[in-house]
Amino acid sequence: MYSDKVMDHFKNPRNVGEIENPSGVGEVGNPVCGDIMNIYLKIENNVITDAKFKTFGCGAAIASSSMATELIRGKTLEEAWDISNKAVAEALEGLPPVKMHCSVLAEEGIHKAINDYRKKQGLEPWVEKNPHSHDHEEDGEGLTCQH
Amino acid sequence: MGEKRIIYMDHSATTYVRQEVVDAMAPYHTENFGNPSSIYRIARASKKAIDTARAQVAQALGADADEIYFTSGGSESDNWAIKGIASANIRKGSHIITSQIEHHAVIHTCQYLEKEGFTVTYLPVDRYGLVDPADLEKAITDKTILISIMYANNEIGTIEPIAELGAIARNHKIPFHTDAVQAVGNVPIDVNAQNIDLLSLSAHKFYGPKGVGVLYIRKGTKIDNLIHGGGQERRRRAGTENIAGIVGLGKAIELATADIEGHNKKIQAMRDRLQKGIIATIPSTHLNGHPEKRLPGNINISFEFIEGESMLLWLDDEGICASTGSACTSGSLEPSHVLLATGLPVEISHGSLRLTLGNINTDADVDFVLEVLPKVVTRLRDMSPLYKKSGKDGGCNVQ
Ligand code: FES
Repeated sequence: MYSDKVMDHFKNPRNVGEIENPSGVGEVGNPVCGDIMNIYLKIENNVITDAKFKTFGCGAAIASSSMATELIRGKTLEEAWDISNKAVAEALEGLPPVKMHCSVLAEEGIHKAINDYRKKQGLEPWVEKNPHSHDHEEDGEGLTCQH
Repeated sequence: MGEKRIIYMDHSATTYVRQEVVDAMAPYHTENFGNPSSIYRIARASKKAIDTARAQVAQALGADADEIYFTSGGSESDNWAIKGIASANIRKGSHIITSQIEHHAVIHTCQYLEKEGFTVTYLPVDRYGLVDPADLEKAITDKTILISIMYANNEIGTIEPIAELGAIARNHKIPFHTDAVQAVGNVPIDVNAQNIDLLSLSAHKFYGPKGVGVLYIRKGTKIDNLIHGGGQERRRRAGTENIAGIVGLGKAIELATADIEGHNKKIQAMRDRLQKGIIATIPSTHLNGHPEKRLPGNINISFEFIEGESMLLWLDDEGICASTGSACTSGSLEPSHVLLATGLPVEISHGSLRLTLGNINTDADVDFVLEVLPKVVTRLRDMSPLYKKSGKDGGCNVQ
């Protein structure tokens, strides 16, 4: 049911673990199925120099964590903020419709970690552009762009 | 190297078909394909084969042959028993009693009837999954028209006190149905001694073919038909008979019930060794189901801090077939209703693994699972945020 890319990131997850003294941490739980993802970021000069994760969840959740941390490494915070769950799923060569919410978890984890960092810096947390526009795929629309 | 070895430990999902059964079925696909309702010779052969199968089932259940009705499987049998009794007894009342841990074929049928105006009591279970006969006694009202409690649970393997529950139903003159899909071949069944009025079974759970089952209906039980049409099955269940399937079911049930004790001894020895080995080598586990009153091949264990689907993916990678009650695999994204009914917290239900052993398994299979499973659990725990929080040493690799 999973693409080869998902299985690759599931079986050889990149960036598993924690960061000592992280610049930002995002702990998110999945309201749909009850899973948990923690994202740890190291940020220097507005750039994510390291990203790690720990995830309690299904194959798609683990693969999404792995892919998402790969995608944001070396990115500026602005760039990382704009990486959507759809981008994570696309990079994984697609997720089954019922598993799209697992990639939402990764997007939310990154957002939360970035805002944790911003708060620690005394900055205003960024607001989720449209928190309910995530492609949850409950409608089974696959990966079609919804803009 | 050729194909990777497959270790099949999901016999509660389905079994392979025994060679003897395949051989018994074969002629009914080819030379004896006649419609049993016709009168020429090849049709008579079909009819005779169905009679033989009916006798084999009756023998296995301690029933009479004319109380055996062939169906398309366990789900149809459950639907027929519940809807058929409900509609035939509507004048008497509209209350049904079942349990919280039934198979979806029973639960969803009851929920459907609730929408149609019936009232349903879902009896709770204790932490082992047992229904308390006292709860049944208390739930009965003068409007109760059916009691349906499964014989053995498909997920946690717990065997219910069927004879006792049946006796209570009998005292109140209420028809008693049991979904025995998991029980046949594992537990000796006697519909008279156990006060069973209706019983569902399915061939593919005891090394027979898929798509064929039975509903046992005690003589004199008031029940409406579910499938309307021709006059097959003594006008009770329409549709041209699945002859080959019926023959296969008959052969399979005969073989499965010939030596239940011997079969159980062999399977249970492997199961016990596997279960003990898992609990001894992996910390923070939780055995689900009853420690003794359970199906001989069933193991259901929760591993804290990890999720079941990711466990299954790793096991599958090693050729091991198993199942889980995790929300992530359920389609509805809800954890197993059975585990929740036993009071297991959601996150621990998430990490449940069901291994169901059967005839195909060997001691070498047990050894292999005992070698692979601890590694899989460790690997997943190492990436679980819950593992560290619980204060366990998640960082170091035990390898
Ligand atoms: S994390 Fe539960 S379905 Fe993916």
